[in-house]
Amino acid sequence: MKFYRNLTIKQKQIVWAWGFLALPVLFYSVIRFYPTGNAMLISFQDWNLLGSRTWAGWDNYTKLWHDPVFWKVFANTFIYLLLGTPISLVISFVIAYNLDKLRFMHGFLRMLYFLPFMTSAVAMAWVWRWFYQPVPIGLFNNVLASLGIPQIEFLRSTTNALPSVLAPAVWAGLGFQIIIFMAGLRAIPRSYYEAARIDGVSTWTVLFEITIPLLKPTIVFIVVFSSIGFLRIFDHVFNMTTQDPGGPLNATKPLVLMIYDTAFTGFDMGYAAAQTVVLFLILLLVSLIQLRILRDR
Amino acid sequence: MSLKSMKSFVFGAATSAALLFGAPARAEVEIEYWQYFFDARVTAMEQLIGNFEAANPGITVKMTHFPYADYRTKVAAAIPAGEGPDVVQLFYGWLNDYVAAELIQPLPVDAFPPARIEAEFFPMVAAMREGDSYWALPTAVRSLALFYNTRLFDEAGIDGPPETLDEMVEIAKKLTKVDGAGNITQVGITAGMTAQDHHWWREVLVRQMGGEPYLNDYQTVNYNSDAGIRALEFYTGLATDHKVTAFGFMDEPQAAFKAGRAGMHIDGSFRIGSLDKTRGLKWGVAELPANADGERFNYSSYWVNAITTKAKGEKYDAAVKFMEYVTSDEAMQIWLDVVGELPAKPSVGLTDANAMNPVFGPFIKGLAYANTTKFANESGQRQILVDMVERMTLEGQSAADSIAVAAEAEQKLLDEYYAK
Repeated sequence: MKFYRNLTIKQKQIVWAWGFLALPVLFYSVIRFYPTGNAMLISFQDWNLLGSRTWAGWDNYTKLWHDPVFWKVFANTFIYLLLGTPISLVISFVIAYNLDKLRFMHGFLRMLYFLPFMTSAVAMAWVWRWFYQPVPIGLFNNVLASLGIPQIEFLRSTTNALPSVLAPAVWAGLGFQIIIFMAGLRAIPRSYYEAARIDGVSTWTVLFEITIPLLKPTIVFIVVFSSIGFLRIFDHVFNMTTQDPGGPLNATKPLVLMIYDTAFTGFDMGYAAAQTVVLFLILLLVSLIQLRILRDR
Repeated sequence: MSLKSMKSFVFGAATSAALLFGAPARAEVEIEYWQYFFDARVTAMEQLIGNFEAANPGITVKMTHFPYADYRTKVAAAIPAGEGPDVVQLFYGWLNDYVAAELIQPLPVDAFPPARIEAEFFPMVAAMREGDSYWALPTAVRSLALFYNTRLFDEAGIDGPPETLDEMVEIAKKLTKVDGAGNITQVGITAGMTAQDHHWWREVLVRQMGGEPYLNDYQTVNYNSDAGIRALEFYTGLATDHKVTAFGFMDEPQAAFKAGRAGMHIDGSFRIGSLDKTRGLKWGVAELPANADGERFNYSSYWVNAITTKAKGEKYDAAVKFMEYVTSDEAMQIWLDVVGELPAKPSVGLTDANAMNPVFGPFIKGLAYANTTKFANESGQRQILVDMVERMTLEGQSAADSIAVAAEAEQKLLDEYYAK
């Protein structure tokens, strides 16, 4: 205690600051950094979860490089990203832009759009899975069949399955993005619009010259957020294809699901850890690129 | 609270306290038992534990169960840490991994002499022997049979289940219904490699077409042959040529059968319990259809119990006693009655009452000609067959090409597993 008493006020402040910081620092090192480091270590080892770990060097990484499933999964992951992010961005902007102008039942409609975001992804995926089933139980196909149109294979198809899985994932994220967009729209000063109206500018010019440029920070935030979400997509895919996870023929399998499969049905922890490290690097790269764009502002 | 009820409360509390503190004059041993969660299995095990505790005062058994998905992870984490079960349940295919990881210890030879086990149990249990002793033993075994919907059979004027594969196809044709848009609304027989059909294809159809699915103690894939191609063409032909089934119909085969939308369904004995509970479903069981030469095959599998390396001293002795009880004739009959899984000893299973039972009978007969696949990674090996069928049905690949890809992939998986 004597030691503490002899400190200057400045030093005492530092002691207190570190005292409060100790908890999160401890938390991060035990819960985040230690497992991360351990995962990187495991990626250089062979481990079936039961036996001892043995050193494998770069074997897991060379196996990954030569694994055709990995490249298929890698492509799928980016298809989720490249389809999901722009589509959800455009839809949520259009809805937010028009909802912002609407007065009639504004709160109710906003609630309706936000509702899917609050719903559990698992429950939602199973309901959509049921929608997509073939006749006689699937909702969509029953409608088609009652019109005399042959059914569409939504999930049991190598071409239709990925968009079918993506659709509810996009829908689920819309609510959040709409709220963010609406907040962004409200933050644009009204005086710009008044000035534009005095100048007699068209609605389209207002949209492209005022609204969208001033929404850039909002757009960048949503892009970063939803990109990370789509790169990590798992629950929708897993729950809609549980019997053949990521199937058919790996058509819907994202990287996270491959990691899960390798680790917890194949019990090949080393190989799964190597895939995790690759996912980590992808996420890091995508985030860095996007932060770079953010800074250009 | 009135005075009278107050009195009786005090009296009750005093007696239960006396019981609580008076009893532990004898040494109490508590052992832990772990299994994965499957409703009927938990019920059956609760009953077994009750009987065991009544017969062995002083020993209590605490059962813990987990969802199947977490099971292996938890066992692997707990035992080396000195926590977890004294007696553990595992799939027969995991034995090598558990032995290698020193999670389980061999059963004592005096209580479980190998000669006696080999004389009493079904021969497939021999896979649990390594060296001079057995490492694990099953209470029950499973086999496949053909479930059929008797109401749909009556409706279509069919007198009984098929005896041969050709008959099966003909019956299935009569049971299939199609709507105006050409979609199947009721299948003659369910199909789906994700369910039990991969066992049916691997161990039954390939053999019935004259092949041998694996060689070298299941370490070499051998189904890439004319017999294998015939088996695959027969299987996918149910959907593509005969149009008596659709893959993915009603999401999963057992759901279609439960809903009364499938005439026939191949499944394991463990399905009996849940079908029994389905209201309005009338069903029967028959042996798997034979081929034209009358040859029948079946697939059997089992879960075993073993003593973990954590059990020592008096807990070990208690665990041995518990193992003796769960592999006893009495336990096997309870397991059959509650879960529907078949006794692991012919002496219990092949009693007249059981063998003539209309529900269990066909499964028990199936055990006599069953083979047990030695899996290195069951879900991985199943996935390869799932993909094999999907390459044909979704991408139009020929049976010969698709089976070649599957055989190569499975051989690679087996080589990697046995190289370790």
